[in-house]
Amino acid sequence: MEIVLVLAIGVLTGSGVWLLLRPRTFQVIMGLCLLSYAVNLFIFSMGRLGLAIDKEPVLQPGVPQDLLHYADPMPQALVLTAIVIGFAMTALFLVVLLASRGMSGTDHVDGSASHDVREMP
Amino acid sequence: MTALHALAAFFMPHLLLAPIALPLLTAALMLLLREDQQRLKIAFNLFSTLLGLGVTVLLLVWVHHSGDPAPLGVYLPGNWPAPFGIVLVLDRLSAMMLVLTSGVALASIIFATAHWHRMGVHFHPLFQFQLMGLAGAFLTADLFNLFVFFEIMLAASYGLLLHGSGRQRVKAGLHYIAINLAASSLFLIGVSMLYGITGTLNMADLARSIPTVVEADRGLLHSAAAILATAFLIKAAVWPLNFWLVPAYSAATAPVGALFALMTKVGIYTLLRLWTLLFGFEAGASALFGSLWLVGGGMVTMVFGAIGMLGAQRLTHLAGFAAIVSSGTLLAAAGFGLPQLTAGLLYYLPSSTLAVSALFLLADLIDRWRNDGAHQAPHEHGDDAPFLSPELVPTDTHNLDDNEQALVGRVIPAATALLGLSFLLCTLVITGLPPLSGFVGKFAMLTALLNPLGLGASADTLPGAWSWALLALMIGSGLLALISLTRTGIRHFWTSHNRTAPVLSVLEGAPIALLLGACIALTVQAPTVMDYANSTAQALHTPASYVQAVLSARPVPNPTRAAPAMPLPETP
Repeated sequence: MEIVLVLAIGVLTGSGVWLLLRPRTFQVIMGLCLLSYAVNLFIFSMGRLGLAIDKEPVLQPGVPQDLLHYADPMPQALVLTAIVIGFAMTALFLVVLLASRGMSGTDHVDGSASHDVREMP
Repeated sequence: MTALHALAAFFMPHLLLAPIALPLLTAALMLLLREDQQRLKIAFNLFSTLLGLGVTVLLLVWVHHSGDPAPLGVYLPGNWPAPFGIVLVLDRLSAMMLVLTSGVALASIIFATAHWHRMGVHFHPLFQFQLMGLAGAFLTADLFNLFVFFEIMLAASYGLLLHGSGRQRVKAGLHYIAINLAASSLFLIGVSMLYGITGTLNMADLARSIPTVVEADRGLLHSAAAILATAFLIKAAVWPLNFWLVPAYSAATAPVGALFALMTKVGIYTLLRLWTLLFGFEAGASALFGSLWLVGGGMVTMVFGAIGMLGAQRLTHLAGFAAIVSSGTLLAAAGFGLPQLTAGLLYYLPSSTLAVSALFLLADLIDRWRNDGAHQAPHEHGDDAPFLSPELVPTDTHNLDDNEQALVGRVIPAATALLGLSFLLCTLVITGLPPLSGFVGKFAMLTALLNPLGLGASADTLPGAWSWALLALMIGSGLLALISLTRTGIRHFWTSHNRTAPVLSVLEGAPIALLLGACIALTVQAPTVMDYANSTAQALHTPASYVQAVLSARPVPNPTRAAPAMPLPETP
């Protein structure tokens, strides 16, 4: 389980950062999306006593009430807030992206493609 | 004073919520109004900002006159004790930042009512949401709430930056939003790592548990703190994370730019608060972690900002670079962790913020004057230098000075005089020349650098290499700022012989006078303000009392229903 999660976070972060550094606005927004997914997964893995594998999410009768037997509720609360805020900000960024596209006629992040720098393929 | 203090004490625990609740309610109310009810919105906005200023001044009076050693207002919004529920804490530092925010906001909103608020929709609600986010960031004592308030502040700032639209603003806004979204990701990573290591997000509880973190986790703890600090350093515009600042701030409309001058100070505030709390002298093996990074980063930022000021062709760019220099000075001074130096920087912080805000407002008026009523000259849409038109380049046969009329007997119009005088005062404060508050602040910091243990007590301790470097940089950046501001002043005020006098309304002159008047008041009241800054710095560098006050705050007991009068059992 840990290795799957770690790989997922790593791949998402890596591709997110790569896309974020690309010159097209759509690539930037995809990069920001992937980065926020990676961060959300990362928050989950940061519960007390590590990942909650095979632990109850809600209180059960007869199970001792400590973090050895339950999933830590705190990262869940954090990740919920982070998802909502990240989603809203991405939507806002999308609007600005479209406005920029409409005003400059290009989807380059600077509003104009530079001619002297050859883009990476 | 005593009457004010009594009034504040009467409202006290709940008054702490007012700086957050008041803008929230005002903004919500204004969202219900139609776009053509502008006058009503202005009235609401002005009233709410004025009331906010009143409330924050009350809070300042309360916190300053409530006896020693460290008066703290602790408010439990959810009525749960500290490490479990969220906490709002008011101490001297947050009270000072709140008053500063309200003051700058008032000036900015008065300026906006002249005409800028009509350049787009929903200016007034966004403005109030921005104030709410700022106030929340200054009051909260919980890392995750800090994140939420940061996002409120940023979301409103995206809207405000794009206010007025136009290609420049959208382009600058795109970069600004992208870098802030990336910074928010770093913020979340840092916060969740800190939670994973210490099991708490309450700042006081974090400060208590950091010395006891096991040795194997200490590296992880430090990297978490470093990642978190990077998010704040982006906000504080430290080099090399500050290339977004100048385009964004100079593209924003003038009142928004003036308000944004505060936003870099939020980063400084957070760093100062968290660093002194979590990595102060009492933090055991982690004491003063990252000190050299703050000092070094601040110094490089000062150099970058000073060179930028020297190269800036436009007034708004100049103001942006001035914000960067001030930010760098504050960061470098904070990194030393000396109470005396922190006191100096706490004096310098409000005065430099006020001056930079005033410069943003002034830049708008001067640009409009120069461009005959337009806010931007046509040639400024490109990247040309605005002054290098062919007839201005001197040649051997043509000397500009020969055409100049003698200045004797010419009347200076009042509006020109106001602009010139305000520019002069801004220059004095930003460069740190006597007699205004910029000088007092820099002087206090230089004194602290030369006498690290206090005047008279540090006869045999010599300042180290870092102190000398900061000392030189502070004086050097002041000199470069002076050169660039003088050059700009000469260009705008002395070489304009056949221009009409600027047309100013009272609404545009008053806020600048308000901001600079506050700077003069800071100078006149320097002993009182220094006294306040000293107590603030002492409290910041002894976080034990803060931790103690937050963790010992008890929830209000539930109002129990009055027990029904039991009839006494009748004894036979």
